[in-house]
Amino acid sequence: MKNLSWRVVSVIVVIIVAVVYILPTINPSLWPHKKINLGLDLQGGMHLALEVDTEKAVESTVERISQEIRGFLKKEHIRHISLNRIDGSRISVELQGQENIDKFEKLLDNEFKNLRILSRSTHNEILTMMLDLPDKESGQIKKLATEQALETIRNRIDQFGVSEPDIRLQGEKRILIQLPGIKDTKRAKDLIGRTALLEFKLVDETHDLNSALQGNVPPGSEVLYSIKEDPETRRVIKTPYLIKKRTLLTGAQLTDAKVQIDSQYNEPYVSINFDKKGGRDFGRITGANVKKRLAIVLDKKVYSAPVIQEKITGGQARITGHFTTEEASDLAIALRAGALPAPVNILEERTVGPSLGTDSIRKGLISTCVGGILVILFMIVYYRGSGLIADVALILNIILIAGGLAGFQATLTLPGIAGIILTIGMAVDANVLIFERIREELRIGKTPRAAVDSGFDRASLTILDANVTTLIAALVLFQFGTGPVKGFAVTLSLGVLSSLFTALILSRLIFDYFLIKLKSKSLSI
Amino acid sequence: MQFIKPDININFVSKRKIAFFISMVMILVSIASLFIHKGPRYGIDFAGGTLIQVKFSAPASLNNIKSGLAAIDLGKSSVQQFGDQGDNEYLIRTDRSIMTSQGFSTKVQEALETSTGNKIDIRRVEMVGPQVGKDLREKALFAMFYALLFITIYISGRFELKWVLSGVMAGALMGAVYLLSVFNVSVPYLILAALIVTLVLFWFLELKYAMGAIVALIHDVTITVGIFSIFGKEFTLPIIAALLTIIGYSLNDTIIVFDRIRENSRKYHKNPLEFIINRSVNETLSRTILTSLTTLVVVVSLFVLGGGIIHDFAFAMIIGVVTGTYSSVYVASPILLAWQSRGRKK
Repeated sequence: MKNLSWRVVSVIVVIIVAVVYILPTINPSLWPHKKINLGLDLQGGMHLALEVDTEKAVESTVERISQEIRGFLKKEHIRHISLNRIDGSRISVELQGQENIDKFEKLLDNEFKNLRILSRSTHNEILTMMLDLPDKESGQIKKLATEQALETIRNRIDQFGVSEPDIRLQGEKRILIQLPGIKDTKRAKDLIGRTALLEFKLVDETHDLNSALQGNVPPGSEVLYSIKEDPETRRVIKTPYLIKKRTLLTGAQLTDAKVQIDSQYNEPYVSINFDKKGGRDFGRITGANVKKRLAIVLDKKVYSAPVIQEKITGGQARITGHFTTEEASDLAIALRAGALPAPVNILEERTVGPSLGTDSIRKGLISTCVGGILVILFMIVYYRGSGLIADVALILNIILIAGGLAGFQATLTLPGIAGIILTIGMAVDANVLIFERIREELRIGKTPRAAVDSGFDRASLTILDANVTTLIAALVLFQFGTGPVKGFAVTLSLGVLSSLFTALILSRLIFDYFLIKLKSKSLSI
Repeated sequence: MQFIKPDININFVSKRKIAFFISMVMILVSIASLFIHKGPRYGIDFAGGTLIQVKFSAPASLNNIKSGLAAIDLGKSSVQQFGDQGDNEYLIRTDRSIMTSQGFSTKVQEALETSTGNKIDIRRVEMVGPQVGKDLREKALFAMFYALLFITIYISGRFELKWVLSGVMAGALMGAVYLLSVFNVSVPYLILAALIVTLVLFWFLELKYAMGAIVALIHDVTITVGIFSIFGKEFTLPIIAALLTIIGYSLNDTIIVFDRIRENSRKYHKNPLEFIINRSVNETLSRTILTSLTTLVVVVSLFVLGGGIIHDFAFAMIIGVVTGTYSSVYVASPILLAWQSRGRKK
């Protein structure tokens, strides 16, 4: 009987391992392993798929380069007809006169080696040139933008305070975010999705705002708006500003941003601190532009444009804008975590409220229990004693699935519960096959022991085969599925494997125990 | 206890013409319904759009909900009751997919609270952008395709115990698929082409068991998809999961009957195939019915008690279990007979 005791040991080990993994889910203090993960559809929360608009990152790099070129042209007194960024990420330049052209080409060779010359034509001493970034370079910028966006979003969410968020890259430029248990989804989305690009720019006071509004925008400037909502009438007031395109300072040089309350108006504002270099730059900029207006621009919106009274040293500034406390604190988080290198778009959102999640768990459990109890009763009625063995196998099956979920750190979702329910229905199949076979063997006059032996032997291969097909379907589903559906694939696969184990090894063991150890002469089947 | 007497001998084979007729009608109706409805009705997972599940604190009339929604511009939208009558839950769907970033659900909540005078709870918001919808559609079809591919390879090897042939099958299928993908054929046609290649190969390689299994499987999936289309139910990701499970389940049943046929054809090799098939189906009938019954019990309990979200999944499974059981008796085995008559004509 060595064989028998070896099997007993292996079955007991499997059961103990499964139970040990389930324990923390029942009582977390027993030993420190993680509980069974619940999917967002069961515990409530938000799933987001974002796409980083990496093209915009390239565009802003190109814009910066074109501003640099403009600066050089001015410094070296090269006259140009036009210098514009067109079609997103191309720079078009027009120059007249051989002297200008020569100087410009020299400038390109010395300072802008990495620019690619797309086209070049001279006509009547007018040079037209189209420039852009080589593919390798723009690819690099895109890749960096995605990585940086991921890092920034991770930072923001960490500071926002969500327990166990899951943030990961998918493909080239998508970011998947799972925020379990989050309640204020709008606030979270606003925080994650805002670019938070803080810029300090001078207001263009030499040109007329009204003519700019009629489409006559001077080169090097642009019209930006400040948007405020009147809390009383709830009207949105848009005020236009003519702002110089050149950015003097960005939020990249911040060391801290925090919410403070204005003592005069009792209104929250965000106070920002620059690092050493930023503070020095800020001092220099304010010093050079006393009596001019400096606009604080956040995500292309003007927040304020105060007149600089004197040189500001100490590297501190404040952003005001009639914030609520929450808005101010979210803005401070976004500024601390840094700007997104490119805007992000929400491609997919799935939000489940906590009440629906609880409902789903309750309904899932009820239907599992009802289905399970019906099957268990049915097996006892139909196969009597053997049915009881099948029921033991069935219950162990569920324990093994739960243990597997905990052990592999898989996620239980609502379709996952459906997978468990299906397993209950299908797992008895293996036992039914065996029992029917045993009944047939008994009918042709075999002894119980011989009938059990040949019943198991003959049914085993069929059972294996029949389960492989379900396993194939489940594995393919696991590979292609997302979220909840993946949970279904997991429980279905676990169910197939554990039902093979319980039917072929555990049920057999119990039969053998009765027939060999206890020497039963009859079989209740 | 026994439902099926051991000496049962129902003449299944003689009824195969009627069964063939029923199956043909079901499949034709399914295909016709798909044509009339211009393909399967995609849920937002695949079509893109926004879905909101709201729960009212007291019963609300559909008209009030609609007028509330009309006040905010939702584009093409539909409202339908969800779950039990007493739950006061509704699903609102629009084909737009961009608005969730702009406080969309708060807007809906405010509009509905004003129009119905009820407190509402937004229980679920799902927004799928058009690009993601397209990606998911592709992914789902690829999942179906690969499941079919692997299962084809497995059964051609396993049923006939000719793994070399199964290797040939795999090579031929992948070759055909590769060739088509070079020409940028869309995934539904890819699946169709793969199926045709499979059937043709089974025919020429004389893999009759594999042929029977695949035909039964196509039968089950087509009818499930057809019934879904007739009832106007939506295809979502969980439904794809259900279809794949049905594929597995349908084969499971077929394998068990076929295994018995093979065993019996050794035992009763002097008897005609009709006799062997009939006997095998009868011998496994008890098991077929029992397993279908227990599976049906659990999926029905899921259908009745599992709640709205899992409802359609359970519905698909119910159809799948019923057709899967039927097809393993009435579709897969008669194919073997049809095969034999082909052999005689030669």
